[in-house]
Amino acid sequence: MGRLRAFAAFWYDFVFGDDWLLALVVAVGLAATYGLAQAGLAAWWLLPIAVAVAIPVSLWRAVRRARPGGSR
Amino acid sequence: MTGGAGALFVAVFLACAVEGVEATTIVLAAGTARDWRSAGAGTLAALATLGVVVAALGPAVSALPLTGLRLVIGALLLVFGLQWLRKAILRASGFKALHDEDAIYRRQVAEARTEASAAGRATGRLRVDGYGFTLAFKGVLLEGLEVVVIVLTFGAGQHQLGLAAVAAACAVLLVAAAGAAVRAPLARVPENTLKFVVGIMLTAFGLFWGAEGAGAHWPGSDTALLVLVPVVALWALTLTALLRRRRATGLT
Repeated sequence: MGRLRAFAAFWYDFVFGDDWLLALVVAVGLAATYGLAQAGLAAWWLLPIAVAVAIPVSLWRAVRRARPGGSR
Repeated sequence: MTGGAGALFVAVFLACAVEGVEATTIVLAAGTARDWRSAGAGTLAALATLGVVVAALGPAVSALPLTGLRLVIGALLLVFGLQWLRKAILRASGFKALHDEDAIYRRQVAEARTEASAAGRATGRLRVDGYGFTLAFKGVLLEGLEVVVIVLTFGAGQHQLGLAAVAAACAVLLVAAAGAAVRAPLARVPENTLKFVVGIMLTAFGLFWGAEGAGAHWPGSDTALLVLVPVVALWALTLTALLRRRRATGLT
């Protein structure tokens, strides 16, 4: 049971890490890329743009938490 | 060697060298940023898995759903790479302590040693780091499967399977030797710089494989990576500079 819990904790940490937002953006970005590709449209640009927007948002959340008085 | 056989050798060699460079990059990233023992164990485990898969499936290995594998592995590399990049940017801009995770890792290693001694198993073996192992395992398994598919596709198409296998082996050995050669110089790079670079590489590879696995076609195919890596690096450096300025002016 302990090993199973450790295994689950490892994968949770691997996927979600310190900010679940990044994992969510990757999942939604990949789903949207799949949708575009299935529709026969160019889809390669979508994931890089989603990630380029997600990184500063995630950094801003971290900086806000690090600020004295910021929510944790 | 005839002209056709020579062309086959060169084509397979180059294609496999590209896959080899991608796998070696991931292993170097896992080894330098986590630990070499775990990256080595992940690489060996992937090669063993690859051997079993090839032995069990034979030529049918080319029917494996590589697109699905790319999607899963790309997605995992991307989420992991993004977390690393985020932490590296926060450290480089002064919003996170530089060595917090190293201290945790050293403590875990020390605890593992203590446990091994207490159990009378003090053989010098340390606990394998799951992150380093998993990163190396996934990278080598995916690229290894692609090398196998290249050999089968090119080799079977021209009834020169043996020659294609030799070309692939030459490419993989050459790239692996180059990877081993840059290992020592990498060790002299400052730690957070290394982690910054690893975050950039994992993010770029994750973007590439993930989007490809989801059905997107990159302009220029594999050469798109040569654009993705510097673009991700430039964006990360820009964000670091902006955060440093915010910290300096107290505009958090």
